[in-house]
Amino acid sequence: MQIKNIAITPSPHVRSSVSTRRLMQEVCLALAPAGIASVILFGAPAAVIIAASVITCVLAEYLYQRLMKQKVTVGDWSAVVTGLLLAYNIPAGAPVWIPIVGGIFAIIIVKQLFGGIGSNFMNPALTARAVLFVSWNAIMIKYPQTVFLAKGRVGLDAVSGATPLAELGKVFTGAEGASLSNVSLLDLLLGNCAGVLGETCKIALILGGVYLIVRKVIDWRIPVSMIGTVAVMYLLTSGFNLGLTARELLSGGLMLGAFFMATDYCTSPQTNKGRLIFGAGCGLLLFVIRAYASYPEGCSFAILFMNVCTPLIDRWTAPRYFGEVRKHG
Amino acid sequence: MADRKNTVTRTFLNGLITENPTFTLMLGMCPTLGVTTAASNGIGMGLATTFVLVCSNLFISLLRKIIPDKVRIPAYIVIIASFVTMVDLFMKAYLPDLSKSLGSYIPLIVVNCIIFARAESFAAKNGPVQSLADGLGMGLGFTASITLLSIVRELFGSGTIFGAQIMPESYQPMDIMNKVPGGFITLGLMMILVNAIKKIIGKRRAARKEALA
Repeated sequence: MQIKNIAITPSPHVRSSVSTRRLMQEVCLALAPAGIASVILFGAPAAVIIAASVITCVLAEYLYQRLMKQKVTVGDWSAVVTGLLLAYNIPAGAPVWIPIVGGIFAIIIVKQLFGGIGSNFMNPALTARAVLFVSWNAIMIKYPQTVFLAKGRVGLDAVSGATPLAELGKVFTGAEGASLSNVSLLDLLLGNCAGVLGETCKIALILGGVYLIVRKVIDWRIPVSMIGTVAVMYLLTSGFNLGLTARELLSGGLMLGAFFMATDYCTSPQTNKGRLIFGAGCGLLLFVIRAYASYPEGCSFAILFMNVCTPLIDRWTAPRYFGEVRKHG
Repeated sequence: MADRKNTVTRTFLNGLITENPTFTLMLGMCPTLGVTTAASNGIGMGLATTFVLVCSNLFISLLRKIIPDKVRIPAYIVIIASFVTMVDLFMKAYLPDLSKSLGSYIPLIVVNCIIFARAESFAAKNGPVQSLADGLGMGLGFTASITLLSIVRELFGSGTIFGAQIMPESYQPMDIMNKVPGGFITLGLMMILVNAIKKIIGKRRAARKEALA
C-alpha cells in the first residue's frame, strides 16, 4: 500500500508556540541594559546613533518589501535587533549618516537580497559594521571617552582615547612602560572605558546574555565555548597570567559578540556539537587577530568568518540516520 | 551574401549583449575585480583586451587547419602572448600613466580566460570573418561592462568619474569600493540589475509575440 498526502520536509519537525516576534522581543529586552548603560556612559550622542540605526533598519525593511511587493515582515522585530546591534558597534559621536548607511547596507544588501529573515548567510549587523569599518576607518576607530573619564580632562584626551585593548596588547607583547595596573578591572566591568558604544558595559551585556540563556532564547554552547577558548588561549600564551586573561575577556567586543552576535540563528550551526565547534572557532580566530594581527580587535571578523563556515560545520556534524553505517574508505 | 552579413552582425551582438563575457559568461573575473577602481583603468583594460582578443581570434582562425590538435594550447599561447607583448610595449611607450596603474594586469591578459575561451570554442571552429566579429563583440562587451563597473566604483570610492569631481566636497569616499570586496559587491548588484532588465525585456518580447499571433 502506498501512503499518499504526506509531505516530506527536512527537520526540525517539532513546532512550538514561540514565534520569531516573541524571540526577537526577548533579545531586544536583553539588549536594553547595555543601551541604557551606553547613554549614561556616552551621553546623548549614543542615543542619537541607536535611534538612527533602529529607525533606518525598520524603514529600509518596510520600504524594500513594499517596493518588491513582498509580504511586509517588519512586525517580527528582527530589523529592530539588527538596528540595535549595528548601533552598539558604532562609536558614540560618529556622524548620523554612519548608522544610516550601515542600516541600509545591513537590511537591503545582506538580509533582503539574500531572501530576508532566515536566509542571510552572514550576520547583517556585523557585515554592515565591517563595511563601515573598512570604508570609513578614521571615523569608526575614533572612540570617545566616557563622560566620567572625560571629566577633569581637557583637549584631545577628553575627546578620544585608546581602548583598553591597546594597552593590554602592549602588556601581552611585553612592551616597555605597559602595565596591567593601567587597566582597572572595575572600570572594564562597569564600562568606564573607551570603545564602541554598546560593548563597554560588560555587566549589562552579561546580564542580558544570561537572561537569554535562562529563557532558552539562545543556546549556552556558543558563548561558553567562545569565551572559554579565548580564556584558554590567553592563559596558555601568557604563562597563566590570570590578571591579563580576565582583562582580555572583559575588553573589546567579546561579550557583545559571544552572547548576541555569534548566536544569531540563521548564521550559526544547528547541531549541539556544531555549536561548540563554531564557538571555539570564533574564540580562536578572535585570539589570533587580537594577539598577532594588525587590528587591535577581531571579534566581528572572527564571527563573520565562522558565519561563512556554518554550512560546512552543519554538514560535518549532521546527525546520522538510525542504522546508517559509517563508510570505511 | 545578405545572409552571411546577418550572421556576422549576430555574432557581434551575441558577444556584446546576449553572451556578455562579464555579466553572462562570468569570464575574466580577475581583471574585472582587480583594476576597476577607476573609470580610465576600466576602459584601458577593456580596449587592451579587445585588441588582443580580435587579433588572436583572427590569427587562430586563420591557422586553425595548420595547428595540430595536440599542441593547440601552446600554439594559442604563443599567438596570444605576442599580441599581449605588443600591447604592453605600446602602452609603456605612449600611455605610461595608464600602464603604471594597470601594472601586472596587462601581461596577465595572456592568461585571461575570455581570450582562451573564445579561441577554443569559437575561433578554432569558425572562419576568420566570423571570428573577427566574435572577438570584437566579446571585447567591446567586456570593455563596456568593466567600464560601467569602474564608473560606479570610482564614483563611490573617490567621488569622481574619469578624475572629474562629481560628488559634493563634503562627500566622504567609501573606501571599501577601492578594495576587492567593493568590486564583488558592485558586480553582484550590477548582475541583479542586468538580470532584471533581461527578464523585463523577455516578458515584453513574449507579450509582443502573443499580440502578433
